[in-house]
Amino acid sequence: MVPKDLRYTKEHEWVRVEGEVATIGITDYAADQLGDIVFVELPDLGRTVTQFNAVGVIESVKAVSDLFAPVGGEVVEANSELSTSPELLNGDPFGKGWMLRIRLSDPTQVDGLLDAASYEALTSEG
Amino acid sequence: MAQSHDAPLTTPLASRHSALSARIVEFGGWLMPLQYTGILEEHRAVRARAGVFDLSHMGELFVEGPEAVAALGYALSTDPGRLKVGRAHYSMILFPEGGILDDLIVYRLGEERFMVVANAGNAVAVSDALAERLEGCRAVLDDRSLAMGLVAIQGPRAAGVLGPLTDVAVDGLRYYAIAEGHVAGVPALVARTGYTGEDGFEVFVDHGSTETIWDALLDAGKDAGVVPVGLGARDTLRLEAGMPLYGNELGPDTTPEEAGLGRVVHFDKDGDFVGRAALEKATAEGPRRKLVGLIPRGRGIARHGYPIFAGGRQTGLVTSGTLSPTLGEPIAMAYVRPLDAEPGTILEVGIRDQRVPAEVVPLPFYHRPA
Repeated sequence: MVPKDLRYTKEHEWVRVEGEVATIGITDYAADQLGDIVFVELPDLGRTVTQFNAVGVIESVKAVSDLFAPVGGEVVEANSELSTSPELLNGDPFGKGWMLRIRLSDPTQVDGLLDAASYEALTSEG
Repeated sequence: MAQSHDAPLTTPLASRHSALSARIVEFGGWLMPLQYTGILEEHRAVRARAGVFDLSHMGELFVEGPEAVAALGYALSTDPGRLKVGRAHYSMILFPEGGILDDLIVYRLGEERFMVVANAGNAVAVSDALAERLEGCRAVLDDRSLAMGLVAIQGPRAAGVLGPLTDVAVDGLRYYAIAEGHVAGVPALVARTGYTGEDGFEVFVDHGSTETIWDALLDAGKDAGVVPVGLGARDTLRLEAGMPLYGNELGPDTTPEEAGLGRVVHFDKDGDFVGRAALEKATAEGPRRKLVGLIPRGRGIARHGYPIFAGGRQTGLVTSGTLSPTLGEPIAMAYVRPLDAEPGTILEVGIRDQRVPAEVVPLPFYHRPA
């Protein structure tokens, strides 16, 4: 079960919009597929990111994976706790494991993302 | 490799892995458990307590006959005639050109009877090569890879858990020794060998008895915190212990000397062996590269295939890398030019668009407490 109030991407990121700022992270499905996450690289504050471009890196014991920006805009906050506690991505991916806050350059981009039902359908296909 | 184009094989413990909700991956032509609860947790369980592994994908090749010693002496890099009955050594089977076809453990079960254990992905190729190299000798090859299961228990509590289940005197069984007996009432070969850097045992049984052994070890070890461990943690455990993995550190293009394993080539044995001439030439010329341990001093993991630089120039490639669960820092193994291989040398590893300093360190990264 994924939170109903979030939007999702096919790359397994989630987006929570509050005003003009979107909080983003990866889903429990993504965290589970990666396994134990041990390093996270996030972009610098103030950087402008383009929707669906790679903006960071997530490394698990087994694999390395890109983080794609589910929305475009300016990075206004990064979860600094992830540098010392990357396991938050496995333990609480929708909560304490949030990754970035992005000031949306184009709020309509969010409308094109998956809703919870569509995302669940995607992951249940395997 | 030889099997990977066919449908993957399943071990006799497939239903156990499924019941434990293991994540399954294909490895060496087999469907194997990657992890049960998580690589880090399973890794730490083996270091602190013990873990139980399904290794039924490994190949068991029995060689028996009055000329078994001579035949294996020709087929392999070592001289199995030096083994006492009940002892084992690490060995290799080489290509005529000197490259490594597989790394093996050879167990001497009797004066004229040996068990050669090969990696899953190479088992068919090793079996074929042995059959060819035994031709004309009074020794027969019995490939029992698909007829046998293998369960390992590794970790400081392994002897305490296995001991009460077996009529083999485990306390008297030395490292790299093997004994025939029973485990949980089932006929078994019990060897004190492993691939984790811990004390531990490998239990070879008939295919149909594998579940009995698996269940007995996990049941007996429950109160001691013994858990099932998948291939993911097997890889991080062996890497901390500085042990090579075929396909990463070893392959057709590497020689034993480059891998720091020159001791497994017994040049002083009588007679020819496959690969001798090529390796004598290579030894005279000196190694082109050396396997080293690396500790990257920065963020990110140096993974298989990443480049290594010395003074701005590429000196080699990473063969394996991970975050060491025990040390809490990244570790890697890599092939570099011999002049860059001295411990203490600072090299750089290319991790995506960065060059991260990495110190050459002696292997292994982890020694078990005495």
